[in-house]
Formats: sequence, C-alpha cells, structure tokens
Amino acid sequence: MTKNDYSFETQLLHNKHKFDPTTGAVSVPVQYASTFHQPSVDSFGKFDYSRSLNPTREALEDIIAEMEGGTRGFAFSSGMAAISTAFLLLSQGDHVVVTEDVYGGTFRMVTQVLSRFGIEHTFVDMTNLDEVRAAIRPNTKLLYMESPSNPLMKVTDIEAVCAIAKEIGALTFLDNTFMTPYLQRPLELGVDVVLHSATKFLGGHSDTLSGLAVVKDEELGKQLYTLQNSFGAVLGVQDAWLVMRGIKTLSVRMKQSQESAQKIAAFLQNHPLVQRVHYPGLESHPQYEIQSRQAKGPGAVLSFELENESLFNEFVKNVKLPVFAVSLGGVESILSYPTKMSHAAMPESERLKRGISNTLLRLSVGLESTEDIISDFSQALDIASCNLIKEG
Amino acid sequence: MVKINTKLAQIGNRSETATGTVNPPIYLSTAYRHEGIGQSSGYDYVRTGNPTREILEKAIADLEEGDRGFACSSGMGAILTIISLFQSGDEWIVSKDLYGGTYRILEQTFKKWGLNSHYVDMSDLDEVSSAITPNTKAIFIETPTNPLMETADIEAIAKLAKEKGILVIVDNTFYTPLIQKPLTLGADIVIHSATKYLGGHNDVLAGLIVSKGEKLGEALFLHHNGAGAVLSPFDSWLLIRGMKTLSLRMERHERNAQALVNYLNEHDAVTDVLYSGRGGMLSFRIKDADWVNPFLQNLNLITFAESLGGVESFITYPTTQTHADIPKEVREANGVDNCLLRFSVGIEDVEDLMSDLDQAFSKAKQEEL
Repeated sequence: MTKNDYSFETQLLHNKHKFDPTTGAVSVPVQYASTFHQPSVDSFGKFDYSRSLNPTREALEDIIAEMEGGTRGFAFSSGMAAISTAFLLLSQGDHVVVTEDVYGGTFRMVTQVLSRFGIEHTFVDMTNLDEVRAAIRPNTKLLYMESPSNPLMKVTDIEAVCAIAKEIGALTFLDNTFMTPYLQRPLELGVDVVLHSATKFLGGHSDTLSGLAVVKDEELGKQLYTLQNSFGAVLGVQDAWLVMRGIKTLSVRMKQSQESAQKIAAFLQNHPLVQRVHYPGLESHPQYEIQSRQAKGPGAVLSFELENESLFNEFVKNVKLPVFAVSLGGVESILSYPTKMSHAAMPESERLKRGISNTLLRLSVGLESTEDIISDFSQALDIASCNLIKEG
Repeated sequence: MVKINTKLAQIGNRSETATGTVNPPIYLSTAYRHEGIGQSSGYDYVRTGNPTREILEKAIADLEEGDRGFACSSGMGAILTIISLFQSGDEWIVSKDLYGGTYRILEQTFKKWGLNSHYVDMSDLDEVSSAITPNTKAIFIETPTNPLMETADIEAIAKLAKEKGILVIVDNTFYTPLIQKPLTLGADIVIHSATKYLGGHNDVLAGLIVSKGEKLGEALFLHHNGAGAVLSPFDSWLLIRGMKTLSLRMERHERNAQALVNYLNEHDAVTDVLYSGRGGMLSFRIKDADWVNPFLQNLNLITFAESLGGVESFITYPTTQTHADIPKEVREANGVDNCLLRFSVGIEDVEDLMSDLDQAFSKAKQEEL
C-alpha cells in the first residue's frame, strides 16, 4: 500500500512530516530561528530568513497542500491575511465578482481597500449562475466564492462557476473554511486558489489565529509565494505547530460535530418558534443536491431565525451551553450573532438585502453531547416563549 | 518622567490584577465570550484585539512617545498595513538606499495598484524638496540607511512635509527608541522590524507601527484588523521578553561596533568603513570582491546570515541577500557594490570578534592567491 492509497483520515497523521529527519521526533519541531547560517555566497541553503521560509511553517504548508490536493500551500497570520495577500494577485483596473453574503471582513477588504486601488467589484448571488454571467465584464479577473456561505449556508455550484471563469480566463478563489478538505476539495472542482481561516475547524481549539492558501497551478504558486514573502503576513512558528496539532484530530472532530449539527438542525426545523433553519444537510435546503454532489457532508455550521426580536432576545439571554462569541469551528459550540459580529462591517441595508436578518443566529456545533445542546436550546426557547406570554 | 531603561524592564508588569503575575500571561484564546448582545469585555476576536499583544502595543507606543501601537506579523506586514492608507494615484518619496524587501513591494506590487514611488537621497534636502509633487502623500525614511549608514535630518524633512500635508514615515529599526524617537522630531508614523534589535535574539519575526494622533491611529487600526497581518500572542510575548534587555544589549552592541570601526579602519584588507556613530550596525568594503566568499566561509564565530540586531554577530552580503531584489545597476549606482559587507555587531567579547575577522581576512587573502 503506497501513501497515496491511504484514506484522508490516515493521511492526516501519516504525511511527509510524520518524522523529523534528524531526530525521529513524531511531532514537527518548532524552529524559532528568524534566520539561518549560509555556507557560502555562491550556494545559499534552502532556508535563509524566516519570513521567506521556515521549516515549521513549511511542514504545515506541505500538509495543507496535500490535504487539498494542491501543489503548494501557504500559511498566513490570519484568514484575512491569506485573503488580502491573494487579492494582491490583481492589478489596478481589474474587476472582481464576489458572492454577496461573503464574510464581513472580506466585504470590508473588497469595498474599502480594493476600491481605493482601482479594483472594481460586483456582488452577486453565486447560486444564480445567470446572475454570475450577467456580472462579467471585459476586465473581470476573479470570481470569489464561499460555499457554503456565511451565515446563510447558501451553496454555490463550484464546478459551474469555475467553468464560467475558465471561459473568460478569470481566476477563481474559494473560501473553504466551513468545509475543510475533509468534506470538500475545491481544487478538484476547478478552483484556482483555496483559502482558509485555519483559526476555525483546521485549528479547531479556538487557540490560534491563522490563515492558509493552496493552489494547484505551479506558476500561480510562484506568484503567490512572491506576495507572501513580500508582504510578510506569515504565520508564526508556534501557531503553525498549533494548527498542525489541530489537524491531527480534524476528521474525528468534524465527523462528530457534523452528526450533531444534523440532529440539531432537525430539532430546530421542527420547533414551532423557529422560523427558518439554514443547513445544507436538510433535504429542504434549496441546494441540497449540489451540496451532496460536491462535498462529502453538510458540515457543522448552521444558522436559524427566530420569529421576532423579543423572542430572540429572551432566547439569547437563557441559552447556557454554547459560548456566545465570534468565530466558529472550535471544540466548544459557539453561538454568534452575525448582525453585530461577523457582519458588523456590512451596512444594515446591505445586510438585510442579503437576508441576514436581525433574528438570525449562527451556530458552530462543537463536541459537546448532542442531547445536552438540544435540551439547552429547548429550555431556552421554552423560557423565552413563557416570558413573552407573561409580558404579552 | 520614568526613564526609558525603566520602562523597558517593566513592560507587562502590573498588567494583570487577578493573580498579580509579574510576567504577563499569554492569552491564546481566539474568541471572547459575550455576556449578551452588545456586551463585550472589550475583546471579541483575537485579530481585532488580544490582551498579550495589547501590552506590547502600548509599550512600543509609550517608548516611541506616540499615541497608538500596532504589532504585525513581520516588518513587511507593518509596511503593508501602512500602505493600505493610500490609494491609486498617490506618490511616495522614499530613501534611495532602502531595504530590498521594501523596494520589492513598492515596485512589484504597489506600482501595479497605481501607487508610485520616487527614490531620493534623503540626506539631500533639496533633492527631497524637488521630488515633491501635488500627488505626494508620504515620505518614507530609513535612517540610518541600510546598508550605507547614511543619516537623514528627520526634523528638517518633517518640516518640509508638514507645510504640504505629507505624512512622514520613519523606519526606526536600526536605532530603536533608545537612540532616536522620530515622532518627537515631527514624524507621523514609526515602523520597526522588531525581529531585529527589539526582539534581539533571532527567534521571532515581528513588525511594529506607532502613530501619532487619533485620526491616523483609527485608520491604521482599521487596516491592521482588516488586512489581518497581526502578531500572534506567543510572538508578542517573546518580543516583550526581548525588549526587557534592549538597553543592556544596545549599549554593548554600540560599544563593540565603535571598537570594530577603529579596528576595521586600520585593517589593510578593508577600504572603507561606514558607520553613523551610533548603534550596532556598520558596513565595510573589502579590498577585493574575490575575497568576499573565502572571507565569509572562513569566519568561525561570526555567522554569515541575513537579518541583524541579534545578540549573535552576523555578516550579510547585501548584493545577494538583503538587496537582491534591487536591479544591479540601481543597486551599484546607490553604492551597494559587490565589495560591500554589512556587519550586525553582536554582544560577544569584542576581542574574540576581532580575532575571528583577523584570521578570516588572512585566509581570504591566501586562498585568493
């Protein structure tokens, strides 16, 4: 059996960096050196300066490249640093088509920074291919996807969007944070650059801020390397090690969280006080078929809307188990309020237009017992409705 | 007012009251729990604000006598964050003798985004003045320059810039606030590759920004958080740890450098020594370019590596290392020729450094014969 025959779960543990070549250590050593001794002016070693390449960071970059089925990986100081650096592939006068319910931080980068440097954008509903086609201009150089999207869990037909991009010679980026390569491998569907906030499921423990990018095309890899090295928004070595440590348990964590998410979604969907549940694992989800085709599962993030704001406020006050915080993808379940958190950077009118209502909550399902989460939600909804009846 | 040596030693002390810890804790948490909607402890997400990083940011702002500090994933990450303040059509005036990495982003990336840079000799005020156009939005100064050790008159340049509403940005990596505080001389923004003297141990990659004024601070905060080239909590802590010994280290770096300037000036294998008079950085030209490689290969104590400002002595060959991204003709016209070596003087015993240089020079001469 060769390494390529191993299943994804096994490869997470048995990859190129399984042993340290010098000592046989089974955990990649953390190399703090910022610089490296050079043997002579004519023959530089592989490593010269830590921003350019560091052995610990390189191990993580190799591992994510292999996981995504790419040729080259890049580690950044945050997901936004990965995204901003990838945007630097563009030039003044270029145009970008972006999914409309994009992460608030990416929205801010596109509207407040790229626009000042003469890079135009159009937001579209990426699930509507006609709308995507209609947004294309002669100077369109990039189609930017998130699938499933944040926080409405809309699923883009990745292959179809890539086909449109190929026709016009544009690049495609996809933020794969919600799925991870365990569930979805966008490069195999035709995407050029896969992006991650590795702070989320890949790291998985809410203890490291990091971003990753992977490409398949070697030439694109060279360009992205130059930008990574030039801008220096690189990941620190301690954090690179923490992400690798997290990746070792990715498959077990993701599997468990996804199973729970499926049950919680069903519970919420059947609850009379819940108006809508957005989760691509539900057969009622508009892109259920596409998700089932292009990914191995619906993931562990879902969002739901309550009937009205008073009910919503009472629910949030009484829910006990999930951490009420920004971020997602940790071992702890995290409940967040996109309006005031991930999408606070988006003006209200834009937000409402995208369907991100004031009663929408996003749940990132952690590793707690599913029953505990469901009974917590159940009691919070009960109290909320009783209090409203009393007041009402 | 508390003296700078005291400030350095005390970074992070009294930062926490729950345990009374003298050394600040490393907060790795990426997210912070909210008690309810709109109720935040002041910390939400690690990219936006982290208690460990904040201690560092406040310390550098205090040391540089600025209003706000920002810690970035590298010195280049700091420059990227600052560039986000500008837009297409803006122009920068930049020191001609510049770190290669800064030159690379200005020429290879920001030119493409419509931000043009003009390179001048910052020690010549007339040249600076005549490079100003109505589109000039910033003057970016390295002083002393890297690797030619030329100094610029920050105060005079800042005066020139103020009249026209141009921002003055100073890279203070070589001197640190111990020797020079550009904000007190009229600069608006100071940046550091903190990988160098501030960290001081060749074990952390980091950049810092300090700004003056509320408006500039707010704009930088937006881009620091937006572009996300932030420093991790662990690296923030390592940097704080390094900064506590900055003044002791810098004193020794400087004393050793001054002794080595005299030594090199007397040495017949050396044609020039470039030193600003302060700090631990110097450059020198070896008599024959063919001696460079054997000289470097025969150094036993001093390390041939990129970077600078660490406790260990480093010699760098700018031609192929730090300045490899600057085209040959531009580089040589600026004086960075292939006889030039840059020396980051460490804190070893200076006599040991001299003996190492001695034997390497002798062997280089012999091998060349």
